[in-house]
Amino acid sequence: MPHSSFPDGYRWPDAEGHFEEYGGRFVAETLIRPLDELAAVYREACEDADFWKAFEEDLAHYVGRPSPLYFARHLSRANGGAQIWLKREDLNHTGAHKINNTVGQAMLAKRIGKTRIIAETGAGQHGVATATVSARLGLQCVVYMGSEDIERQAPNVYRMKLLGAEVIPVTSGSKTLKDALNEALRDWVTHVEDTFYIIGSVAGPAPYPEMVRDFQAVIGREARRQVQEQAGRLPDLLVACVGGGSNAIGLFYPFLEDSDVRMLGVEAGGHGLDTGEHAAPLARGRAGVLHGNRTYLMEDEAGQILATHSVSAGLDYPGVGPEHALLKDLGRAEYTSATDEEALRAFHLLTRTEGIIPALESAHAVAGALEAARGMPEDAIVVVNLSGRGDKDIDTVARREGLSL
Amino acid sequence: MSRIAGRFAQLKEAGRTALVPYLTAGDPKPDATVPLLHTLVRAGADLIELGVPFSDPMADGPVIQAACERALAHRVRLRDVLDMAAEFRSKDAETPLVLMGYANPIIAMGVDIFAEQAARAGVDGVLVVDLPPEEAPAIRQALIDYGLDEIFLLAPTTTEERIRQICGQATGFLYYVSLRGTTGAGRLDMEDVAERMKCIRTHATLPVGIGFGIKDADSAAQAAELADAVVVGSALVDRIQAAADPHAAATELLQDLRAGIDAAGRTGGAP
Repeated sequence: MPHSSFPDGYRWPDAEGHFEEYGGRFVAETLIRPLDELAAVYREACEDADFWKAFEEDLAHYVGRPSPLYFARHLSRANGGAQIWLKREDLNHTGAHKINNTVGQAMLAKRIGKTRIIAETGAGQHGVATATVSARLGLQCVVYMGSEDIERQAPNVYRMKLLGAEVIPVTSGSKTLKDALNEALRDWVTHVEDTFYIIGSVAGPAPYPEMVRDFQAVIGREARRQVQEQAGRLPDLLVACVGGGSNAIGLFYPFLEDSDVRMLGVEAGGHGLDTGEHAAPLARGRAGVLHGNRTYLMEDEAGQILATHSVSAGLDYPGVGPEHALLKDLGRAEYTSATDEEALRAFHLLTRTEGIIPALESAHAVAGALEAARGMPEDAIVVVNLSGRGDKDIDTVARREGLSL
Repeated sequence: MSRIAGRFAQLKEAGRTALVPYLTAGDPKPDATVPLLHTLVRAGADLIELGVPFSDPMADGPVIQAACERALAHRVRLRDVLDMAAEFRSKDAETPLVLMGYANPIIAMGVDIFAEQAARAGVDGVLVVDLPPEEAPAIRQALIDYGLDEIFLLAPTTTEERIRQICGQATGFLYYVSLRGTTGAGRLDMEDVAERMKCIRTHATLPVGIGFGIKDADSAAQAAELADAVVVGSALVDRIQAAADPHAAATELLQDLRAGIDAAGRTGGAP
C-alpha cells in the first residue's frame, strides 16, 4: 500500500515564502511593496475559480494542452533497462514548458492593471513565451538577455522581435542569465508603478517560486493522470533538468506525496564537475543569497557568484529554485548532473531513435534518464520531462561539429 | 553613544547637515581606497559609506556596477575591505564608517565572524541592501552583540505602516532612497521627496539621510533642506574614475557639495 512521503501534508512554503531556511524575500526596500501587491493579487486569484477556469482554457486552446505522454519505445530499447516515457512539453505553443507560466503571470498582470511587462531570459524560451503572451494581451514587453546568450540563441532573439518585444542586451558581469536577471530587477525598481516582472523560473523573491510552481504544476498533474491511464500505474522515477528548476518542480510537485515515486533532477555538468566549469549548484554549491532568495549557489569562498558554464543557455545559472534546495535536503528528490558531452549524446540518440529533437536543456534530462534506466528492470517506468524542443539549438550543435548553417 | 550618534549630535548642535560620500572599496585598485577615505574627510565628509564589492549588485546603477567590477578584478574580498577599514581607523578615530553592500559576502564569511571583525576594524554601522527588515534577523543579533548600528533603507514605495516598523528597528540613522531606481539614476522630484520626508519624520527619532540621485551642489542643497544627511555615491565614483588626479577631483566635488549643503542650512531649511 503506497504511503505518503509527507503524512501531515507537504506544507511549503510558509506564509513568508520560506522553504525552511531557503527562499524568502532578499530584495531592496523599493521592491517590497510590489512583491506584497503581487502576493496579494495571487492569493486572491487562488481563491477565484474563474481565474483558474480561464487559465485552464488558455492552456487548452492557446497552448495546446494536455501535452502528450509518449512511450519512447525505440529509445528505451536502444538504451536497455526501464521504459522511458516522455512528457511532451516540447509540443506546447512556442516550443517549451515556459508558456504555462507566462500565460498565468500575464493574467495576473492584467488583473493588477500593469501595462508593461519585463522578463529575463537565458535560452530565449522564456523571453519568447513572455513576448508571445504580451503580444496577445496588447502589453508592452521588454526582455533582458545576456549578450553572450543573444549570440548563441539568435533565432529566439528574432522571434521575440517579431512578436513586438524589445530585446535589451546585457553586457555586465558574465553576460548570461544571472546578469539578465540583475538587469530586469533594476528595471523593475525603476518602473515599479506600471511594470509587471514575469520571472521565468521558480527562483527570485517570494511569491515567485511558489507562484511559478503552481502554474507549472499542470505538467505533473497531467503526467500523473496520463501515466495511470496509459501504463496503469504511477511511475517509478521522474526525471527533469534543473537550471532554475521550473520544469522539474512542475513535474515533481503533484507527485511529492507519492512516496514510491522517486525524483531525479539533472543539473548542467558542463565540462565536468571537477573542472569547476559547470552549472551544478546543488551538486557543488553551498547556501547563500542571490536574486531575492536563499538557496544553493555557485560562489567562491568570499561569497562572490561564479561564472557558470553549460552548452545549454537555459541551464547556465549559478543558483537554483529554493524548493529544490529543500527537496535535496529532505532527500525527497535526488540531484545528479550530465556533462555537455553526455547531453549531446542524448540529444543525438533521441533524435535518431524517436525523431524528436530535444532542446539542449531537456537533453540533460534525457541523459540522466538514460543512465538511471539502464540500472532498472524492463518493466520499470521512467517519466522524463521533455521540457522543450531543439530547433533553437541546431546552430549550436552544428557549430560543435564544425559545421556552419 | 555610538560614533554615528555622536557625530549627528555634534552636527545638530552646529546646525549642519551631514555630507556622506560613498566609495566602492578597492576601486580602481585596493591601495587607492584608504588614502581616498582620508581625502574625503579633509574635503568635508562627516560620515563615510564604504561599499563592499559584489559580483551581482542588483540595486546599483552602471557606475557602481563598473566600480564593483574594477574592484573584483583585483579580487577584493570582504576581508580586504575590513582591513582597509582598520587601516583608515588607525589614523582617524572620529569619522563614522558604514559598510554598504549585499548579503552574500557576509553570509559566506559567517555573520558572527563578520560582526566581530567589523567592530574590531572600527566599522560603526552596516547597511545590507538586500536584507529588508523581514530577512534582517539573519544578522541582527550579531550586529547587536558587537555594537554595530543596523541601518535600513526607506523607499518611495514604503508604506506608512512599514516606515513606522522600520523606524522602530533601525539604529544609527535611516536612509531614504529618494527615487524609484538604482543608484545614480535619474533626477529627483523634490516635491515628492518633501512629502515622503514629512511622513518619515512623524515616525523617526533617528536622523534621516537622503541618497540616490544627488549629483551636484544644487541637488545636495535641495536634499539638505529636508534631511540630516546627504549621501553622494555614483557622482563621486564617476568623478574619481574619470580624473587624472582622483584626490583633487574628489576634493573639488565634496567642497562643491559642502558649499551647497551649508548654503541650504543657512536659509534655515534644515531641521
